[in-house]
Amino acid sequence: MKQGGQIITVTDLVKKFGQFTANDKLNFSVKKGEIFGFLGANGAGKTTAIKILSGLSKPSSGTAIVAGFDVKKYPDKVKKNIGYMSQRFSLYDDMTVKENFRFYGGIYGMKRKEIKEKTALFLKKLDMEDYRNMLLKKIPLGWKQKLAFSVAILHNPKIVFLDEPTGGVDPITRRQFWELIYESASGGTTVFVTTHYMDEAEYCERVSIMSEGRIEAIGTPAQLKEKYQVKTMDEVFIKIAR
Amino acid sequence: MSVPVHIHNISKSYEKVEALKDINLEIKAGELFGFIGPDGAGKTSLFRILTGLILPRSGTASVGGLDVVNDFKKIRQITGYMPGRFSLYHDLTVAENLDFYASIFKTSLKENYDLIKDIYIQIEPFRKRKAGDLSGGMKQKLALSCALIHRPELLILDEPTTGVDAVSRKEFWELLNKMQQSGITILVSTPYMDEAALCNRVALMQNGKLLATDTPKNITKRYQGQIFALHTNKMHSLVIDLENTAAAAQVYRFGDSVHITSTSGNDESFRQIITASLEEKGHSAIQMIAQQAVIEDCFLALMDKNQTL
Repeated sequence: MKQGGQIITVTDLVKKFGQFTANDKLNFSVKKGEIFGFLGANGAGKTTAIKILSGLSKPSSGTAIVAGFDVKKYPDKVKKNIGYMSQRFSLYDDMTVKENFRFYGGIYGMKRKEIKEKTALFLKKLDMEDYRNMLLKKIPLGWKQKLAFSVAILHNPKIVFLDEPTGGVDPITRRQFWELIYESASGGTTVFVTTHYMDEAEYCERVSIMSEGRIEAIGTPAQLKEKYQVKTMDEVFIKIAR
Repeated sequence: MSVPVHIHNISKSYEKVEALKDINLEIKAGELFGFIGPDGAGKTSLFRILTGLILPRSGTASVGGLDVVNDFKKIRQITGYMPGRFSLYHDLTVAENLDFYASIFKTSLKENYDLIKDIYIQIEPFRKRKAGDLSGGMKQKLALSCALIHRPELLILDEPTTGVDAVSRKEFWELLNKMQQSGITILVSTPYMDEAALCNRVALMQNGKLLATDTPKNITKRYQGQIFALHTNKMHSLVIDLENTAAAAQVYRFGDSVHITSTSGNDESFRQIITASLEEKGHSAIQMIAQQAVIEDCFLALMDKNQTL
């Protein structure tokens, strides 16, 4: 296993809540710059694993090395090197677009000038310069999600975790969102994403599928379709998770 | 027993935002009707008007001949409503939630057991568990049981499958088809375009407007042009490379391929133009497979691409 090639390395990771085993000996790795789809049914243990990988929760046993740091020993260093966004919570509704950028940039210790420059850059790219002083709550969900993604990668993290970033987003914006993901990954950022849209599973370079706390399958979408002798990722998912 | 739903010129606004713009729809008794559209389409506002929770700014609507403004109390007696966000009491158990909803409608689980039996047996092992401690799929089944407990003639489900995994979504639709057979009119909203195919008829909705209303089959039949599913050795740059090709319309990623549409009528020359242009940009192993449109293709074609805030 060469260091440098891998940005996430998970070995025999177990997480228990009392008698319940939420993560049952997970073993997998994610390469630098990869778009990795982390799939599974509701309750399969995805959120638990993401919390561990982002330094918010400690494993019961096993190890996870994220961006070069052991999540158990150096959770704060892990947090500094990752970005995170979810559908449920990402930006503050009662702050403007610009204030959200400034707030998150500040949290990550970025200099004012740098925040300003990067905010301008991102808003230009999203064609949203005219909305920088608008309150977040006035902005439609799809646009909000694109902003949230930009905020999550503002501090140039090595990895960005996206937890169902496109739920309820219209089909055009959903695709624009994925173009942002591609662009970011081609710049070297690793993208770790969960989704219930199985067409989006196809957009990932590799995916894993969890069921009842275990990773039941991992590989490129093409490999998994081949292995299960089906035509779409939807069918792969149903074969594994049902 | 099931009831028809009529919607005439319904509009609704919140301050300056027009949530619904002159909506007209006739839903037949016993129909499984889908409202397909993203967040902000107006689906929830329409459902709230039908259940008498908010008033339309203009227009009229009725459920089984009952007016949504004047007869809302009667409508509620015959309607089961499963809102998107909240419908269960998290600090009550499964059994308590069911009892609570049953008592509101002066009925009991026993009285209408045959209707909810299929769903109820799946949650029965957890009947003493608090609703807040259930998994997402189980919560959804309990909420559906609660919405059905008074044997409604109209069932309204607001995004019941949002955030739900592909397997649970399939199971939920199987349940809905069963419900429909017991003679209930069902209105269901969803942001998942693939679920449209499971409805009798659908309305595609965006920004408070109906983009199309018909059977899923008729909507896809009306798609203008021929769709090709494209594969090459460079899938990442394919969309951008195609967007710079004048002949290609409607360029969108669809799972492991990219869909493009030929509108010229001459599919063979289209094929040649696209292939040549992509080869020039360094693509090889180019595959173009002619394909029927799906609902998402139609939605993308109908969507107002210049949407503004």
